[in-house]
Amino acid sequence: MKEILRLTVVLTCVCMVAGFALSYVNAATKEARAYQDRLELLGALNMVLPEHDNEADKDTVDISGTTYYLAKKEGEIVGVAFKTSTEKGYSGLIEVIVGVDVSGQIHAIGILSQKETPGLGSKIDEDWFKDQYKGKTLEGANWAVKKDGGDFEQISGATISPRAVTSAIKDGLTSYEQNKAQILGGSDVVQ
Amino acid sequence: MSFSKEFIKGIWRENPVFILVLGMCPVLAVTTSAANGLGMGLAATFVLLCSNMVISVIRSIVPDRVRIPVFIVVIASFVTVVDLVMSGYFRSLHHSLGLFIPLIVVNCIILGRAEAFASKNSIFLSIADGLGMGAGFTLALVILGGIRELFGNGSIFSYQLLGSGYEPILVMILPPGAFLTLGILTGVFAAIEKK
Repeated sequence: MKEILRLTVVLTCVCMVAGFALSYVNAATKEARAYQDRLELLGALNMVLPEHDNEADKDTVDISGTTYYLAKKEGEIVGVAFKTSTEKGYSGLIEVIVGVDVSGQIHAIGILSQKETPGLGSKIDEDWFKDQYKGKTLEGANWAVKKDGGDFEQISGATISPRAVTSAIKDGLTSYEQNKAQILGGSDVVQ
Repeated sequence: MSFSKEFIKGIWRENPVFILVLGMCPVLAVTTSAANGLGMGLAATFVLLCSNMVISVIRSIVPDRVRIPVFIVVIASFVTVVDLVMSGYFRSLHHSLGLFIPLIVVNCIILGRAEAFASKNSIFLSIADGLGMGAGFTLALVILGGIRELFGNGSIFSYQLLGSGYEPILVMILPPGAFLTLGILTGVFAAIEKK
């Protein structure tokens, strides 16, 4: 009995000390982590949105799980950015951020995360690949890779990754067009 | 038993990677570049040093029967500290090491040193042991990462060394490259040791 008590007391004390220490470190690094998160998001937004003078990460509309970031210049909406993702890549999730202007034309896209094969599928993160989406609209392009009869370049040795990116952008654009009125209508409207 | 002897042991005679062949999961997975190897090595060294120190200090009050849970709690706490701090201040490194930071908890070098060394020796020698083993681990990861980055990408620590005409041997930064390089290096270590 005495032995069990001793084991319990020691283990409990060790866990308590560890718990307190961790909650302290968590609180101490919270601000730095939030700051890094914001830097990351702002970097991605600036990459895909047209020139704007508002804080696009704070001007958002949420519709059915997707956050739309609004870029404004002198109060007027000049562009919208949103994230879209797909599981259809060669290995795991591919996350894409798409920036469009008000007419629905793509301003730029960025790859937020991908685990495609280095040197093959990972080329989806190269500029020549991402640039081919610039200026495209949902209606004005055939959203498939050339091999499947569409408009977009594939990568030799890795057709699956470009195909996944193309379909992710298409899906994102489709939901954007469906909710366009609500997104551009006002940043306070939440479904 | 002296400080320098315990320190040198981890780098050479009992090198955790090339001689003891411990903790192979991060060794194989993160060494796609020298910088990743260095980051992983330093993170593991920090955890190893801190856990060795704490475990050596509390070794007399921890009953034998709960020592493993106590060691794991200590190690997991330091790993969480590394994870939080890295996420706040070294974001790009945190991204490239990803899942392998939390997995330091189950790196058998760390629990192995706690069980085999820190729980039996003074804090002074435990610090030497932690630093030595950490240095040996880091060194191994940097060598492995450096070789793989050089052949797979033509660079070391992102400095382009082989020029733009060099056609990278992709397989070196893919998983098979890790096994090939590790096998060759382990063989070289064994050959030198034999002499």
